[in-house]
Amino acid sequence: MCAAPDIPLAPRVGQPSTLIDCDIHNAITPSALARHLPERWRAYHGQFGRRMTPGDFYPKATPMASRTDSWPPGGGPPGSDLAFMRKQLLDAWPIEIGVLNTLITIRNQYRDYDAAIAVAANSCQIAEWLEPEPRLRASLLVPFEDSELAVAEIRRHSADTRFVQVLIPSRTSEPLGRRKYWPIYAAAADCGLPIGIHFGGWSGGHPISGAGWPTYYLEYHTGMNQTFQAHLISLICEGVFEEFPKLKIVFIEGGIAWIPPVLWRLDRSWRQLKAENPKLSKAPSEYFREHFWLTTQPVEEPPEPGQFLQMLSHLDMDDHLLFSTDYPHWDFDSPDGALPSVMGTELRRKVLRDNARRLYRFP
Amino acid sequence: MDMEIPTHPVIDCDVHAVLPAIDALLPYLPAYWREQIAQTGFKGPMDSWYPPGMPTSARAEARPSDGSPPASRVGVIQRDVLGAPPHPSFAILSSDCAVESLHNPDAAAAIAGALNEWLVSEWLSVDARLRASIVVPSQFPELAVQEIERRALNPGFVQVLLPVRSETPYGSRNFRPVFAAAARHGLPVALHYGGAPGNPPTPVGWPSFYLEEYAGMTGVFQTQLVSIISGGVFDEHPDLRLVLAEGGFAWLPAMLWRFDKNWKGLRREIPWVRKPPSEYVREHVRLTTAPSDAPEDPAQFADVISQLGSDELLLYASDYPHGHGDLAAERGWAALPASTLRKVTSDNPRRLYRL
Repeated sequence: MCAAPDIPLAPRVGQPSTLIDCDIHNAITPSALARHLPERWRAYHGQFGRRMTPGDFYPKATPMASRTDSWPPGGGPPGSDLAFMRKQLLDAWPIEIGVLNTLITIRNQYRDYDAAIAVAANSCQIAEWLEPEPRLRASLLVPFEDSELAVAEIRRHSADTRFVQVLIPSRTSEPLGRRKYWPIYAAAADCGLPIGIHFGGWSGGHPISGAGWPTYYLEYHTGMNQTFQAHLISLICEGVFEEFPKLKIVFIEGGIAWIPPVLWRLDRSWRQLKAENPKLSKAPSEYFREHFWLTTQPVEEPPEPGQFLQMLSHLDMDDHLLFSTDYPHWDFDSPDGALPSVMGTELRRKVLRDNARRLYRFP
Repeated sequence: MDMEIPTHPVIDCDVHAVLPAIDALLPYLPAYWREQIAQTGFKGPMDSWYPPGMPTSARAEARPSDGSPPASRVGVIQRDVLGAPPHPSFAILSSDCAVESLHNPDAAAAIAGALNEWLVSEWLSVDARLRASIVVPSQFPELAVQEIERRALNPGFVQVLLPVRSETPYGSRNFRPVFAAAARHGLPVALHYGGAPGNPPTPVGWPSFYLEEYAGMTGVFQTQLVSIISGGVFDEHPDLRLVLAEGGFAWLPAMLWRFDKNWKGLRREIPWVRKPPSEYVREHVRLTTAPSDAPEDPAQFADVISQLGSDELLLYASDYPHGHGDLAAERGWAALPASTLRKVTSDNPRRLYRL
């Protein structure tokens, strides 16, 4: 957590000259969405609203869980004003490319309505973000619980290289290895798009833990990596990567340090329980290191910096780590301050820029 | 953990005493429930969350040739655990029969009570080296407290057992009387792998494979630990100890890095938690060693042990009759200093259970 400086700092020693931010949240306001919704859905929205979409489950850290300095002076919520985002983020650091993950709720109850929202939000992203700002790329919103509608939206934009991945929030109605999601993976792999799985969402309405609803936002936020853990295990155990050998998955805002222990346990369990699932041709950790990428924020902070390097060596995925700020949220990771200084120059360059450039095939 | 015969008394902190079938409880059940079982064919809550044929449920040598369930008779424990290296001076038994899956509170309380009576009569009275964990109807805190009160004065019971899976995290306000009762009697609370509360074991629904459920259970341990600390259970009960059994321990350092960081950012929400969560863990929480889920490279294993930040956290456990194939741990332990091993196998459990 670190606020942006008022005056851009000189690049930190060992920083690359430019960087790529793999998790920026642009807010699409209701009025912006309405500009892109067809009349039928504007009328529906006016009559029925976002039916049963919940508000906050908990009082969160700050209004809209955002940095208190991120409210645009001209009005609107954090992340809704491109000019202010330029000033506070894109121009404040040498950000060469930023990947937008807009967090508009796709509830997946009335599927046609959700598909219409995804379609409108993607149109809005093109017209109001990608066209005016060439440094930006975006994740494609899809009604992910309905594979047919999701695939149609992926196909519709397959020629637009500004959409760099398909976005699925981590709180889904089923573990993501389940076969109902496979048509999405087939289309994404076919179009060369990674699947970006991002912290949050609420599809399916499951409690945020495997032991029911916790009491506090702190627990919700701390425990969110368990949604990623469930998907990691499910995607590998269901044989998704045997079926789609070119598929790439990006875990966004899930943290990284929890992964080595999961892989140790999963490899051992798989050796013990192989009889249950003969599909896998190699140890789970091998699939993970080949097919998964990880954004860094909120990066774990061990008490001793040396332990961070231990963790990176246990993870052994230096080429798959992608720097992200999570602008404008309260737990923003600053490009200057978030990554521990013990990280060497070469690794810093990979994480802050080169890994993302290779994954997303940026020029 | 393979060990030479040690010179200090070893305590095995997780040995299963398996209920072979509901019939074994008949002598200990009230007449009403004996009649219900006879007349309805009720077979008890469920078989088990351990799949019968898997090594994770029973290693080959622990399967009796007569076909009886592994670890279901005291003689087997005497031979294979107490009578085998590292020859523990004490073994802490854990038992379950999924009482948390029952919706009838009277049934859950009756079966938990009968299970504890079975432990007293057929295990604790037979061998003075055995200690047991109090089984409670964890989904009904008021009845759980009654069962704790009923058993707490029997020194054969050394902790309160809760299945790690629950319908609501244990730090929630409604479970507070259970922790209060344990604290009142100086009993640790042990959260053990498994449970059948009815809700999925992941935040995204039911997984297809047992492998997913088994490997993913560490997430449920994490939820409970975060919940119990955030809820202020240790602030209310400064002497209370929590044991995490059969859940691995290699995940703990990374989880605490995340938890401590979030506590710094969000502690306004839980102002009673006045120090970093990792400090609560070092003071109040202990973890059993089987399985370890540590890396196979002994150098990385040593990294994990040092990242724990204390040599007082771990409790030796064989987890008999389960076999986790934890080759990593066998190699890793061999590379650690004798003083660490002594703490894990002897000093830490003795201090915790006052044996």
